[in-house]
This record gives sequence, C-alpha cells and structure tokens, in this order.
Amino acid sequence: MNLHILIIAPVITAIALLFFKELKQIRFVALAGSTLQLILSFILLSTFCAERASGNTAAMLFYSSVSWFAPLGIAFTTGVDGISVSMILLSAFVVLAGVLVSWKMEKMSREFFFLLMFLSAGAYGFFISLDLFTLFFFLEIAVIPKFLLIGVWGSGRKEYSAMKLALMLMAGSAFVLVGLLGLYFNTDIGNGVHTFDFLSIAKQQINLEAQLIFFPLAFIGFGIFGALFPFHTWVPDGHSSAPTAASMFLAGISMKLGGYGCLRVATYLMPEAAHVYAPYIILLATIAIIYGAFATMMQTDLKYINAYSSVSHCGFVLLGIGMLNETAIAGAVMQMISHGLMTALFFAAIGMIYERTHTRMVSQLGGLLKVMPFISSIFIIAGLCSLGLPGFSGFVAEMTVFMGAWQHQETMYRLATILSCASIVVTAVYILRAAGKSIMGPIVNKEHLSLGDATWNEKTAAVLLLSGIVVIGIAPFWLQDLIHADVNGLMVNIGRNLIP
Amino acid sequence: MMFEFLNIMKHELLLCFLLFFILIAKIGSKEENSPSWHVMINLLLLINFLLGFCYNVDGELFNGMFVINDLVHLEKNILNLGLLLISLQAHPYTRNHHHAPEFYMLLISSVLGMFFMLSSGHLLLFYIGLELSTIPLAALANFNLNKSNSSEAGMKMIMSSAFSSALLLMGVSLIYGTTGSFSFGEITLQLTGSPLQIFAFVMLFVGFAFKLSMVPFHFWTADVYEGAPVSIAAFLSVVSKSAIAFVFVTVLYSVFESLVSTWYILLFITAVLTIGVGNLFALRQQNIKRFLAFSSIAQIGFILVGISGGSQESETSVIYFLLIYVFSNLGAFGVVTLVSAQTGKESINDYKGFYKRNPGLSWIMTISLFSLAGIPPTAGFFGKFFLLTAGASTGNYLLISFAAINMVVSMYYYLRIVKAMFMDPNEQPIPPILSGLFPGIAFVICLLGIILTGFSSDLYTYIHSLSSGI
Repeated sequence: MNLHILIIAPVITAIALLFFKELKQIRFVALAGSTLQLILSFILLSTFCAERASGNTAAMLFYSSVSWFAPLGIAFTTGVDGISVSMILLSAFVVLAGVLVSWKMEKMSREFFFLLMFLSAGAYGFFISLDLFTLFFFLEIAVIPKFLLIGVWGSGRKEYSAMKLALMLMAGSAFVLVGLLGLYFNTDIGNGVHTFDFLSIAKQQINLEAQLIFFPLAFIGFGIFGALFPFHTWVPDGHSSAPTAASMFLAGISMKLGGYGCLRVATYLMPEAAHVYAPYIILLATIAIIYGAFATMMQTDLKYINAYSSVSHCGFVLLGIGMLNETAIAGAVMQMISHGLMTALFFAAIGMIYERTHTRMVSQLGGLLKVMPFISSIFIIAGLCSLGLPGFSGFVAEMTVFMGAWQHQETMYRLATILSCASIVVTAVYILRAAGKSIMGPIVNKEHLSLGDATWNEKTAAVLLLSGIVVIGIAPFWLQDLIHADVNGLMVNIGRNLIP
Repeated sequence: MMFEFLNIMKHELLLCFLLFFILIAKIGSKEENSPSWHVMINLLLLINFLLGFCYNVDGELFNGMFVINDLVHLEKNILNLGLLLISLQAHPYTRNHHHAPEFYMLLISSVLGMFFMLSSGHLLLFYIGLELSTIPLAALANFNLNKSNSSEAGMKMIMSSAFSSALLLMGVSLIYGTTGSFSFGEITLQLTGSPLQIFAFVMLFVGFAFKLSMVPFHFWTADVYEGAPVSIAAFLSVVSKSAIAFVFVTVLYSVFESLVSTWYILLFITAVLTIGVGNLFALRQQNIKRFLAFSSIAQIGFILVGISGGSQESETSVIYFLLIYVFSNLGAFGVVTLVSAQTGKESINDYKGFYKRNPGLSWIMTISLFSLAGIPPTAGFFGKFFLLTAGASTGNYLLISFAAINMVVSMYYYLRIVKAMFMDPNEQPIPPILSGLFPGIAFVICLLGIILTGFSSDLYTYIHSLSSGI
C-alpha cells in the first residue's frame, strides 16, 4: 500500500472544499473525505496485519523513500509499524466523528472543514514519517490551523486561548527543532555526511554527551504537545475555548503527536540519555497525573473538567514512556489510543450539551438524562471509561502501564506508581460528581425541558467512537498483538543502557 | 568580441535600454500617464525578466573588474523578479502619480546599480554600483512629494547612506593601503590578518551593516519605511536587502575567508542583536509599514545566522531563503500597497475585520505572513529551517536556540495581524477592495512562489550546485 495516499486524500478533500459554496455540498464533501480516510486506514490495518501474518518482520512496512533535499540528507521517507497504524486508525475515527459533530457548522463552514482536513493531513503525515525533517514539517502543520479554528470558531476567551496555544506549541516545536538539528549534526553515515533518516539514526550510537544535551530538548519539545508538566497550561484554555470538533482533534490526536514524538524520536533515538533522565520524566509525569486530577476537582465548567483530566490521563502516557520497559511502553501506546477515543467522545458529548443548553457550567445543568437520554448516556459512558472501569479501554491501558511500572524495584518508582494509582480514586470523585450533578437529579432549568436529543449525525459520531472504546475494552488482545512486535523492536534500542 | 561583451553584460544592457526607452517615451509622449503606458512598461519588465534566463555565459571583462557566472545570473534573475513584482504592485499607486516615468526610471537605475555591485570583482566597481543603487532610492523614498514625512524619509535615507558609504570608503582605502590592490582576487592573497587589516575589515562590515539594517545600525529603517511610498518600502526591504545580502555573502566567503574568525564573532553578535531587537520592536508597532520594517530587520538576523555557518549549505540556504523572502514579503507588502493606495489606511487597527469584506486579500496576507513566520507548508518554513541548519553546522547551538525561540516571538506578532483580520470586530472595516489586473498577477506569482518554492528540492539542489562555501 502506498502510504502517500493517506496525506494526499485529506489534501485533495481540502482543495475540493474550496470549490463549493453551499453548506450541504461542503459538509457532504467533508463527510465523504473523512469516510475515505477511515476506509483507507482500515485497508491499511488489514494489509498490515496480512503482511505481518505472512511473516514480514521488517521494522517498517510499506517503506518508501523519495529523495528530497539531497544535499542535506533529507528524503521523503515513509513507513508504518503497528504503533503508527493504530495511531492512524485513531486519527481517522476522531476526524470522521469531528466532521459529523460539526454537521450544523454554519459560520464559514468551508474554511472550517478546510482547516480540519488540513490538520488531519498533518497528523497522518506525522505518523508515517520516517525522516526527522518531514516529521517536524508535519508536526508544525498541525499547529497553526488550530489557532484559526479556536480563534474564529471558538467560545469564551478564544483569542487569548488561541494565541496561548499557538505560542506554546510553537515553543515546543522550537525545542524540537534544536533537538533534531543537534541529533542531525551528530550522525555520521560515512565521510562525515549527516542524515535525517530515522532508521539509519536508530542504528547509530549517538555519542552520549550530545544525547545528554539534545534528549531533554526533544523530549520537552514533544512533551509540550503531550501536556508535560509544567508546560501543560495551554491544554485547559485551548480545549475549553475550541469548537467541539477542534477540541476533539486537539485532545484526541494532537496531544498524541507529543506522546508519539517523545517515544519514537526522543526515547528511541537517544536511549542512553533517556535512562539518565528517566527519574525526572517520571517525577514530572506523576506530578501531572496528581495535579491534573486535583485541579479537575476544582473545575465547574464541563470542558475544563475534561481538559484537566486530559492532563492527568496524558501523564500516564509519559509515565509509561519514562518507565522504559516493554510492558509500560505498550501501556503508554494503548493509553494514547484509549484516551484519544475517550476524550473525543467526552468532548463530543459536552459539545452536544452546550449546543442545546448554551451553558457548560455544572451548576446550571441538571437532570439532563430525562431530556436527552442518548447524550447523557454517552456522557456517562465516557466518564466511566475515564475513571478506568473494566470493560472499557481506559482500564486496559492504565492497568498495563501500572503493571509495567511495578516491575521497577526502586522506592522512587514504587512511590510514583502508587501515587498514580491513587489518582484514579480522585478521577472517580470528579467524574461521578460532574455526571451526578449535570445528568442526574432534578431539572434545574425549566427551559431545558424543550430540548431535543441527539440527531442522526451526532449519534453516528458517538457510536463510532464508542465502538472503538468498547472493542479495546472487551478484546484488548488485538491491539496488544498489533503493537506488541513493534514495541519489542523499540526495546532493542531502548533497552540499551550505558549507565550501570 | 563585441557579441561576447553584449552577452556578458546582458542584464545591465537590458536595463540601460529600458532606462533610455522610458526617457524617450517620457519626452516624446503628450499624455504622461496613459493606461497603455503602464501595460508597456510592465510588459518590458517581464521580457527583461524572461531574457535573463537566455544566453547566459560565464566570463569576465576589464581584467576581472566585471565578473559573471551562473550564480550571479541567478541572483540577478531574483532581483529582476522582485523588480517586476514591485512594478506590478505599484500600479495602483503610480496610476495616479504625475511622475510615474521617473518612478520607474529611478527604480530601474537602482537595480542597475545592484547588478554592477553583484558582478564586481573590484572594490571600485563595487562602490560605484552600491552608490548607484542607493542614491535613486533616496529620491524614491521622497516620492510622496506633498507629504512631509516622505521628505523626512528621503533625508534620513540619504544621510544614513552617506554615513555608511563614508565608513565603507574608509575601509576600502585602508584595505588598499595594506594590500596594495582593489581587485578581489589580489586582496584575498594579500590578507595577513594584521590589526590594520582587521580594522579596515570592521569598517567595511559596518558599512554593510548599515545597508542591511543590522542592529545597532538599523535606526533609519523604520522611519524611512514609514515615510516612503509602500512600494518603495517593499523595494527597500526585499530587492535592496537581497542584493546587499548576496554581495555580503560573496565578499565574506571568497574575499575575506581568511578572516573567518573575526567575522564569525561579528556575525554572532550582530545576529543576536538583530533578531532580538527587531523582534522586540516589531511587537509594539501600530503602523503596518513600521511593523513590516522591524519584522524585516528580524528576518535579516536569521539570514545572518545562516551566513555564519560558512559552509556550502550556508550560501545555498541564504540565496534560497532570499528567493522565498521575495515572494512572501512582496505578498504582504502587495496587500498593504493596495489598501494604502485605495483607502490611505496604514494602521494595524484598520485591518480589524478585514476578512469580512476582503476574504481573498486576507488569505493572501495570511499566507504571506505565515511564510514570513516560517509555518509549513509555506516556503518560509523550508527557508528558515535550512538557514538554522546551516547556522548549526558550526556547532553553536546557543545561537540556534536563540533564533528558534525568537521564531516563537515573531510568531506572536505575525499572528497578531492574522487575529486582527479574522477575529477582531470592527465598526468600520475597510470596504471591499478591487485588486485590478496588475496587482492580481503579482499576487498569483507570489502565492505560487510561496507554495511551490518550498517543495521544489530541484531548485535547492540547483542553487547548491552553484554555490561554494568558504
């Protein structure tokens, strides 16, 4: 399968959108484009599994390399392994759900869907890149459309949030840029020629001094995307001001770019430094998990609740990566997928509620279950998944991270694991409280009685995301099988530890 | 022999021909500002630009005083492109101006001077070219004849360029004194790095710093841009800067390569100052021309980072970046020219709510600003990335980190304009503006350039094959 089609499809959809004026045509094109993305990603999944089943154990499948800026050692290299396939699948789910949820977007709908398609092209490009330059290129593509999405279509303090998000993420990519350049100039593929090629860097031993300087830069840079404490402050503002589809994209895909980058680029290419800095990563991740959970308890706005809980949940991703063992990293990957689906569903439900009631404050809601049973059920299910109820994907992912984390004997690791586990209790408190106050109980606002339940498009979106969550929750083994071999492959490098 | 001469000086002779043509047309015609006249001049500039690609030969004239090779051809073509774009964009402005022929004559003579400067293999020709390129600009800066701040701009321009020329001449004479030659090839051989030579070199460097408006020699820039007509501000910030930067690279890399340790320190200091100060001042500007002036100062800082690398990739990325910079900056200036010519509004606040009435122009402005800020998939991203890559090759990651952080700062002020256009409400937004044929063509060229130049690695490889490092 030619992977380039994953980038070309959204770009063509985006360009096609420019030729239409009517809302009906525009959303039809957007729906067709995003359905195509989902179909393509399923084709990718099936061909990938078929290849693996037929005994192809290459690190990257569907590998292709087109020479690009040859004098600098840049090539447009693409390829996927199980981790990137699952990320692509996640993106396709979230994008389609996002288009469905924004079905009624009337304000500048063409521009809105154009930017959304553009963003998805950036995400796919990021996940299939095997060249650090193109990886960085797609990482940055996925930043600026968000500025416009939040600033133009958002709510609340949208200009402030849009600017904050754009600047913090750009600062992240500035760190990544320096980290990648440092990495580049410490590679050598003979005669002092440098390369941006991912696979050939992975085979080299970058000297430790360089790693010690550039690992933190790359990790913090990607970490800003993935809500690394204390650089998480863009998350609550950005998510809560964004329009529903953009929130879903932000939390569902964008933050995963960070986690994926931390794992794939920083940790995988500079493993020795990762071992040196692992305690700090774990410290920051634990703080993020606990701080995020407690900060969520204080929130009264539904979107802020989900945004802060995202900080907490993404902490698990970084915790898993910081543990540097196979189980924990597999857990981190699963947590990325699980959180992507779950939080997208959560934001979709909040968006639906907000669209009808025009408020997101918990205190002004209540008894929604009687008025809009479908949306309320979605909301509760997303909440239960968030607090790690068995049967949903959140439980599987977090459990795997904890199992990996418990393999470390040192006191500090133990402490971090126990504290992170304990945060689940806090999660239960805020989820149940938010759900209880806004969904259950008596109807607070009599005007809410006249509101309708979800429409077909919203139901489709919710069912789509829900199916992902439940399938992973009930049958986690297929996802584990998908990523298992490739996490093993990563461990060949990551297991390399120079420091005794 | 005659034919060879014509061929070697092709670019210059074409421009001379254009100059005389306009002069005769001006004297001969009764009507000064007929529409057909503008079509003619733009067509001629287009032909001039296209001819720049034909019959290119390598060679030298007058004992190596005038040198031409493929790299210089390319640089001249880039300047020709800038000239054409500016002429197209200036149409709404010159259409109603009494002295349109003079406007074009001055513009062309300035470019002619730059061509001589680019081809010079001798300090005297270099100096004459430099002066020929600067003095018409002072007249052009003063081209809004009835505005007082325009004459202030002209005055500041002439004073600062006279001062910098004086410093440059001082350097030139000291270099002549210590090496006994004006010829670039001879100077390179005679450089020993003695204190007097270094002093002379610093003088020369400061002269360049003035022309490139590096900090702390930038004080003239913003005032001149503000007072001058927008097209001239565009010309100053794009064509004029590019020409000087091209020469600067050549002079540093091939003439003063033995003083690399000296100029690396100078570049390091001025790059940090230029990026930092340019950005800090751009943050607070309210006038869009002043804003673009300071942002172009910051851009020069990034170019300096690239130059400091000293490798073959450095020269490549500087030329590549400047080509991209022509497209992106002229895209932004084109919108400002149109708005200024039709409404007279030049404040950033006037651009609030611009998108509601002028969606097309807003997108052009946005894409150009994104390219200036270095956001993919615009070409600016590639340009900036390669500049920083070139700069990092010396292993000075402090400088690269500083530049990278400043890209974020610059992002803030570029996004501020985007925010004003798309998000801020405005009671009286600028009414719909018709772009007209000429600026329309220029916008199409700029947009195509911004989108295609970045992806075209062939162009980069081609420039790479022409350039050389230290």
